[in-house]
Amino acid sequence: MPRSLLRDWLLLGPGLTWLALFLVVPCGMLLVFAFFERGVYGGIDYIFTLENFSRAIDPLYLSIFLTSAKVAGLAAVIALLIGYPAAYAIARAPARRQTAYLVLVMLPFWSNYLIRTYAWIVLLNREGLVNKGLAGLGLVSEPLPLLYNEFAIVTGLVYNYLPFVVLAIYSSISRLNPEVLEASEDLGASAPRTFWRVTLPLTLPGVAAGAVFVFVLSIGNFITPDLLGGGRLQMVGNVIYDQFLTARDWPFGATLSFILIGIMMILLFSQAMLVRKAQGEGGIAHA
Amino acid sequence: MRTFNKLSVALLAGAAVFAVTAQAGAAEKIVISNWDGYMPSDMLERFTAETGIEAELAVHATNEEIMGKVVAGKGKGYDVLFVSSPFVEALKNLGLVAELDHAMIPNMKNLYPEAMKLEYDPGNTHSVPYAWGTTGLCYRSDLVGETPGSWMDLLQPADALKGKVTMLSTDRWLMGAAFLAQGKSVNSTDAADLEAAKELLISAKKDLLAYDDTTFYSKLVSGEASLVHAWDGWCNYGIAENADIKYVIPEEGSDLWVDTMVVTAASENKEAAHKFLNFILQADNGAWVPANILYKVPNKAAMDALDPALVEQFPNLGMTPEELLKQEQLRDLGAGQKAFSKTVTEILASN
Repeated sequence: MPRSLLRDWLLLGPGLTWLALFLVVPCGMLLVFAFFERGVYGGIDYIFTLENFSRAIDPLYLSIFLTSAKVAGLAAVIALLIGYPAAYAIARAPARRQTAYLVLVMLPFWSNYLIRTYAWIVLLNREGLVNKGLAGLGLVSEPLPLLYNEFAIVTGLVYNYLPFVVLAIYSSISRLNPEVLEASEDLGASAPRTFWRVTLPLTLPGVAAGAVFVFVLSIGNFITPDLLGGGRLQMVGNVIYDQFLTARDWPFGATLSFILIGIMMILLFSQAMLVRKAQGEGGIAHA
Repeated sequence: MRTFNKLSVALLAGAAVFAVTAQAGAAEKIVISNWDGYMPSDMLERFTAETGIEAELAVHATNEEIMGKVVAGKGKGYDVLFVSSPFVEALKNLGLVAELDHAMIPNMKNLYPEAMKLEYDPGNTHSVPYAWGTTGLCYRSDLVGETPGSWMDLLQPADALKGKVTMLSTDRWLMGAAFLAQGKSVNSTDAADLEAAKELLISAKKDLLAYDDTTFYSKLVSGEASLVHAWDGWCNYGIAENADIKYVIPEEGSDLWVDTMVVTAASENKEAAHKFLNFILQADNGAWVPANILYKVPNKAAMDALDPALVEQFPNLGMTPEELLKQEQLRDLGAGQKAFSKTVTEILASN
């Protein structure tokens, strides 16, 4: 219907305009920058070059992408392992308590990301609470190296992004039709079997959404590797940050950003496909 | 040297932070960009009270940040900038800073004679030095065992210090440590020098606790680190909390950095901007810096008025201009900047 089509466009208008102006245009500029030379004092010299791309595939930067993907992947897996049981427990709790539990999950977001990250420094440093506690209990003689390494980065990322995983999985589990579970039980399946064969497959879209959230947010993060990693282990976000703010090499920063955006888009697209596939399969999960 | 950590940059990104001192009816107005906390909070109010000129403060977190803004906008919207010495040279080469009329800055006489002969701007034709200092080793004398005396004590630490040292990651000082250790100029952009420095700095990375440009002194205070790469003024923040913390310039030397004030070429109120520079050079205004943020100033009148007890507590405040001038002065790298920053990226990115 042309009339409803017009209505749809009007309703979408503000959102699309916003995205076009503040997402599509800047990303387009980023791609353009990637093909020019840097100015000595920052900015762009408009001389066409492909050098930034050949530099980006140097083993040094490839290994940064791999390290970043490894750290982000690890964070996503750990966040799932912690977040799924938590989301399950919340979804199965009495309805009147669920809101309170969800508010508790979101509570850390009420404080600033940096403050939460600094709090981990206080906990994990050589003279920090954890090491002092362990030493006090006589469990360690030498302080454990908990800070300024990959362990600390993964810990920080998991901590910060866990609420997204819990929320994504919670929404999947709470939309699960209880009749499907009853049917599985009536047909003689044990509780673990029902979980593996019914609950988990039907909540996979939530799992995928949570995992992609954590991965995408982690792989581009630069504050956590900087603070908790002590700048020794660089992730691709740090390299990009440095190109724009200290090395004054915008074109190379743009090139790396572009590759990163590409990786994120592939992931988000795969996740969208997964959700679509799950919804297409007979619509067992309620909308 | 004031560099602020990436956090502040992240927080500031996208949103300029203005502390506005409004004076109703003031005819003239100047905009000053400075690092946060680098002058007294009431400085602009007092300036307005004395001269009737309205002054607005814009804050930048790093030299690169203000440089980016000024290059992009040709300096429009700013009258006075606080930048470090290499950036003065760059801005001068780009024609973005105005030549100063010394007749309008009589307080220039308060500067040490040495502060009129700095290589990046001889005769202070385009800039006025605000604060200066060195970069060296800051350490816990009760934890290091042997007193450190060489850059190699930082770059190849003794076994007991491995994992207990931090380095500055800001490009010029990161490279400076290796250049000085290898007997090169801190301003080198020679390909062989860059390669040798890169090799040394990558091997030094495995013994670091962390790179730290902002909280290294508190790591000394807490005992997490025993030896850190530090600007002298910032080492004083550690000394203030623990008297066992000491500062030393390694035997190979240090760089001399100078933070300066310049007037933009685009300024429409150059006379008012000059008045501001003159105001800052007053002895009492200059004296605020060493007394409050523990940096040395090239203002003789201000340093002469300094409380001797401060110099006793923070010996590096007592460094004379002659001692400072013995260090190599940081210069703009010009076209060599590209290869230099590429090397720095490669060092920081090597995992």
